[in-house]
Amino acid sequence: MHMADALVSPAVGGTMWAASAGLMAWCARKVRRALDDRMIPMMGVLGAFIFAEQMINFSIPVTGSSGHLGGGMILAILLGPYAAFLVIASVLTVQALFFADGGLLALGCNIFNLGVFPAFIAYPLIYRPVVRDAQGGPRLWIGAMLAAVAGLQLGAFGVVMETTLSGITDLPFRTFVLLMQPIHLAIGVVEGLVTATVVSFVLRARPAAMPEPVAMGRDAGGLRRVMVGLLVAAVIVGGGVSWLASTHPDGLEWAMAKMNGNVGSGAPRDGVHQALAGVQEKTAILPGYAFKSKADAPRPEASATPPGQWPAVSAGTSVAGLVGGLMTLFLAGLIGYGLKRRAAS
Amino acid sequence: MSFGHYIEVGRMDELGRMDSPVHRLDARVKALATLAFIVAVMSFPRYELSALMPFFLYPFALMAAGNIPFGYILRKLLIASPFALAVGIFNPFLDRQVVMSLGGHGISGGWLSFASIAVRFALTVGAALALVACTGIHRLCAGLERMGLPKVFAVQLQLLYRYLFVITGEGLRMMRGVELRSMGRPLRFRTYASLVGHLLLRSMDRAQRVYQAMVARGFDGRIRVMRPAGVGGRDIAFLVGWVAFFVVARLWNLADGLGRIFTGAGL
Repeated sequence: MHMADALVSPAVGGTMWAASAGLMAWCARKVRRALDDRMIPMMGVLGAFIFAEQMINFSIPVTGSSGHLGGGMILAILLGPYAAFLVIASVLTVQALFFADGGLLALGCNIFNLGVFPAFIAYPLIYRPVVRDAQGGPRLWIGAMLAAVAGLQLGAFGVVMETTLSGITDLPFRTFVLLMQPIHLAIGVVEGLVTATVVSFVLRARPAAMPEPVAMGRDAGGLRRVMVGLLVAAVIVGGGVSWLASTHPDGLEWAMAKMNGNVGSGAPRDGVHQALAGVQEKTAILPGYAFKSKADAPRPEASATPPGQWPAVSAGTSVAGLVGGLMTLFLAGLIGYGLKRRAAS
Repeated sequence: MSFGHYIEVGRMDELGRMDSPVHRLDARVKALATLAFIVAVMSFPRYELSALMPFFLYPFALMAAGNIPFGYILRKLLIASPFALAVGIFNPFLDRQVVMSLGGHGISGGWLSFASIAVRFALTVGAALALVACTGIHRLCAGLERMGLPKVFAVQLQLLYRYLFVITGEGLRMMRGVELRSMGRPLRFRTYASLVGHLLLRSMDRAQRVYQAMVARGFDGRIRVMRPAGVGGRDIAFLVGWVAFFVVARLWNLADGLGRIFTGAGL
């Protein structure tokens, strides 16, 4: 569920960057202060472990598909929230830089969605209180399952929120939510199952490898209060700022569209209903669902904006844009080729 | 992540260690220029297409001057494209307003914004990959650290990167062992769980041994880079030049202007 740069607006990306960077700085301070020597290599190696275990898949019976561990929860359990958050952030950074998984602008969003929810919500607020010091048994299973599901649901919702606020895709908020949440419910169940199994395996095979739950428990009370406060602030600031930033130009464009009399063309609706018949089956059970009611998303601009760049449907300007675009692409390639020749000689 | 994927990272590492005029530039100016590039590209309105084209110059120039093979970056781009394109592909169905016409065929806003998403994806991801390929992880981390990246995180990134090859190799060996013994049957959940558990324990042991070896050799929590970073005239020129180009290309549609001159549509 990595978000890509191409779907994130600078306002949303920047806001999430700020939120994630602030959290990272705070976690880095916490980790440095509490730094036990062995933590440095352990963090690095567990990050690499996340990459390695994602290559190993098991087959899910009946469905014909396969699953693997995502890893956020297991990191939180093994390292505690602060170090786990930094490790998740580093894994996502390497994925963005070397695997083109996600992107630089979207990195803040991805760190927030995949790091904050498991490390600071699911682990301290769900996993710890449920599991406490259980060394296996139902408490461990229930705690891991609930925490993994909650973390992934929140993360998936974060993806939907950030994508919708960015306003680059036309996918309506509701449809996107209805696509994302059930998929991530299934993924969350698998994640919880695997997390609990691996944790109980480690507890059986080498109990000393697990951190002492007592030390973590002592920390959890203070952490919980700080985290909830910080998170509420981040959500208010982040949500408010990016909402403003992304609705303002849209509102303007919408107003312009209205003046041109383009709003309310019914055409998009039929097309949507045909094209997304599969989605429609699911969404139709919701009473009053219609593509008209899009007050919940910065939607108005989506279907009816005559964008400033294409002021009129004039074949002349369109062709000029197309020809110019292709020519520039060619020129850019030519300059690159020339530079390459020079560098080679 | 497949086996091929993992090998490809090794290739990226080799590229990062090469020597070229771009490799010699300070990591900070390259990172800043790339960030400015991404923000400029993503700040265009959703239907923009032609004005994005001049921006291809930046990744092309980085790759060309840094001797980075185009095909390699392109292949990585294609591997990573499904998610961005999967979310964007709904646009043509949801937004059917005709916004431009070409030779008598109306083109809907949805297709235009989908094409715009695809182009932006190629631009932003291509630029980020080019940045890493012509900087290398260690110089990049050292540069970012001097720009305020927490030291703990910089060390974490570099150690993760270093261990990546070791632990992934470990995982691959374990997988090969299981495959040889299971005669093509898919991995069952119980086997999987103990496999992952063992990999975890082995990784932790590995971490301990490597760390002891590092401490014995004088590791003090810092990783030093050979080519000391210093901002010189060339670096400043690189940054100022590119940012100026991004600003110009953001404010004026260069491609459109060029097209007008050549089709005689007039400026």
